[in-house]
Amino acid sequence: MKHRTFFWFFLPTALAMLLFIAMPIVSVVTQSLFTPHEAVLITSENCGPFGCKTETTIDQEATEALRAEKPLGRFAGLSIYLDRGHLAIAEVSDAWTNRESFGGFVSALGNLPFYRAIGFTLTYTFTVTPLLIILGLMIALAVNSLHRHLKGLMIFFSLLPMIVNPLVGSLILFWMIDARGIIGSALQWMAGDPDLSLKASTPMMWIAIIVYGVWHSAPFAFVVFYAGLQTLPKDQLESAQIDGATRWQQVLYVVVPHLMPLVTFVALIQLMDNFRVFEPIVGFNAAAHATSLSWIIFNDLGGETRQLSAASATSVLTILGVAILLSPVLVRTWRDFKGKT
Amino acid sequence: MFLRTVAMAGVMSALAGTTAMACEISARVSIVGNEFPAIHAVADGAKACAGGEVEANLTADHQKINLAGMQGNPAEYTSAIIANSSIVALMNEDVIRPLDDLVAKHGGALKKNQLITVNGQVMAVAFMANAQHLVYRSDILEQAGIEPPKTYEDMLAGAKMIRDKGLLEYPLGGAYASGWNLAQEFTNMYIGHGGAFFEAGSATPTVNNETGVAALEMMKALSEYMNPDFLTHDSNATSAEWKAGNVAMMNMWGSRMGPLKDPEQSTPEVVATTTLAAPMTVAGGDTPATTLWWDGWTVAKNIPEAEAEATFLAMMNGISPDRLDDEMTPLAVWLIDGYEPTDAAVGVFAAANMNAVPYPMLPYQGLMHTALGAELSDFMQGKESAEQALADVEAAYTAAAKEKGFLQ
Repeated sequence: MKHRTFFWFFLPTALAMLLFIAMPIVSVVTQSLFTPHEAVLITSENCGPFGCKTETTIDQEATEALRAEKPLGRFAGLSIYLDRGHLAIAEVSDAWTNRESFGGFVSALGNLPFYRAIGFTLTYTFTVTPLLIILGLMIALAVNSLHRHLKGLMIFFSLLPMIVNPLVGSLILFWMIDARGIIGSALQWMAGDPDLSLKASTPMMWIAIIVYGVWHSAPFAFVVFYAGLQTLPKDQLESAQIDGATRWQQVLYVVVPHLMPLVTFVALIQLMDNFRVFEPIVGFNAAAHATSLSWIIFNDLGGETRQLSAASATSVLTILGVAILLSPVLVRTWRDFKGKT
Repeated sequence: MFLRTVAMAGVMSALAGTTAMACEISARVSIVGNEFPAIHAVADGAKACAGGEVEANLTADHQKINLAGMQGNPAEYTSAIIANSSIVALMNEDVIRPLDDLVAKHGGALKKNQLITVNGQVMAVAFMANAQHLVYRSDILEQAGIEPPKTYEDMLAGAKMIRDKGLLEYPLGGAYASGWNLAQEFTNMYIGHGGAFFEAGSATPTVNNETGVAALEMMKALSEYMNPDFLTHDSNATSAEWKAGNVAMMNMWGSRMGPLKDPEQSTPEVVATTTLAAPMTVAGGDTPATTLWWDGWTVAKNIPEAEAEATFLAMMNGISPDRLDDEMTPLAVWLIDGYEPTDAAVGVFAAANMNAVPYPMLPYQGLMHTALGAELSDFMQGKESAEQALADVEAAYTAAAKEKGFLQ
């Protein structure tokens, strides 16, 4: 393609990317470097249905003047990134110097919101992503070997978890694993422990969220792999059969290598998606047991007093996290690309 | 139930249309607020006004959108329905206007105690009161041979009796869901123990002390008698447990009493024996371990004068004494002139009569609430000590307060 043609062809996309990707990132980075002005506090007499009381309030006129002078607020540099709500540098170095054992240091880290969230997020990402790829492949192989009259129906049912809204899906599972729900009661019966409660135990809650994550995302892998299976060269498979390969060997040495580029694609997308795990934590009401970076952002913005700077800093850290997570795959793709040209 | 509410709302607005209440407005009105029946009733009254378009966006997530929707100029929302905690966020950002001129002009029907004044200026008009208080099942308490508790210590002893007699495995209920609800229960318990959240006149936190530890220990003791899933139970889930007949005593919002006494939502046995009582005290204190709340409406600052006036008139119509009919009266403890308390109001009135403390209207109380909600669940699960949890609360709060410019 000529450069000129390419330019006009690409322009609309570039504009959209600038508007919807680059500018929000610039905005978020800016907001994370500034904090609101110091509040000018005054005492005032406040009255209401329950009588009067002397309380502290914000002096609006003085604050207004400060804001008019510097609309962005105070420049905070990286201080928000380093405070206890984020990287907690002071607390971490404190925990390291005062550690009694390495385990003690890790549990001290787990007490800091950012590291607690990272702990769950990484566990979730690195268990859900491989599991959903394996499950997706299994479903795709199973559906592919069905009689063609059954295929349409099975594809529809296999896709259902992805069609269900994540929040609704997790709420349904949340009620099913309740101590009085169908899965919760069944587990109590199987374990012979009438007090067994999934929602009260951190490991069980983690497992429940991970199971939900695999259930929700496997259809995505399934669709991609199923489409890939349709392009599988028949002659290769037939020659493998003539060579006496078992079905397992056929899958391992013919099908999987053929689908490998798609596995990379699914892994890439799902790593990004799973790193931003959010809905099941809200749906499962699981904040006491598991948090993620996205949940921290939600919590910072959802309180009675919004913490925009804190939420922005966590957003930037999320972007960095996704970049680090994807770097091996991206580097590989880049090398492949270089190799081809 | 939902269909019935919808049908009723239809009938009510039809009635409002035919009786043609004298409410004429000349500009747009747009309301944002929380979602529960009493607020719906107020918004419906505002919508009965003729002459201008009246919109209402009522959602449980109102706090996430009201500030953003009022910061623009002109603001999207001309009125936010808020409570004594959530008005602070709007005042901190200076998006609501003083109402003194409009009260003087159109506020004749208001009682003085409906006016929320801050530093001498009317900032909101309150229309209902709310508080958490004791609810108990008279039949179960009778079978266990215990009196309705006056203190949390009585409640604990009663819960043990009920469990020992095999009446209920988890006799206590409570909205202990980690987050806002758990923070609210700590706030109640800490105030009941006589604790102070901040150094007087400053934003420096003071919750990590013996009073805080005592409050947490009491919450932990109570939770031993609650459904093991208590950290996921908000007011909705706790009410559902109650309606299912699984709970004998709980501290619950006055505004939730209507559904608990609704024969369509529970068994006749539960509805008939659900009894409301005054909030409990704790640790020999006189102040009940609860907080008083009001709900009210505000008018946005960044809107034209005509819209402000129209909003004021429409909201006044929403809380007009004429509208207190058989449908609206039981929905809340109204502060509106001419309100006759119903059976569902005893708990809230008892709380007010016991001189319960209003939820603090401090600019940084919301940050404290968020820190409490996030950091206390580890202690409730037995993962860390009360002292460590409270130290974490202070650390989390301090980081947030520094960011927002309340602390150096």
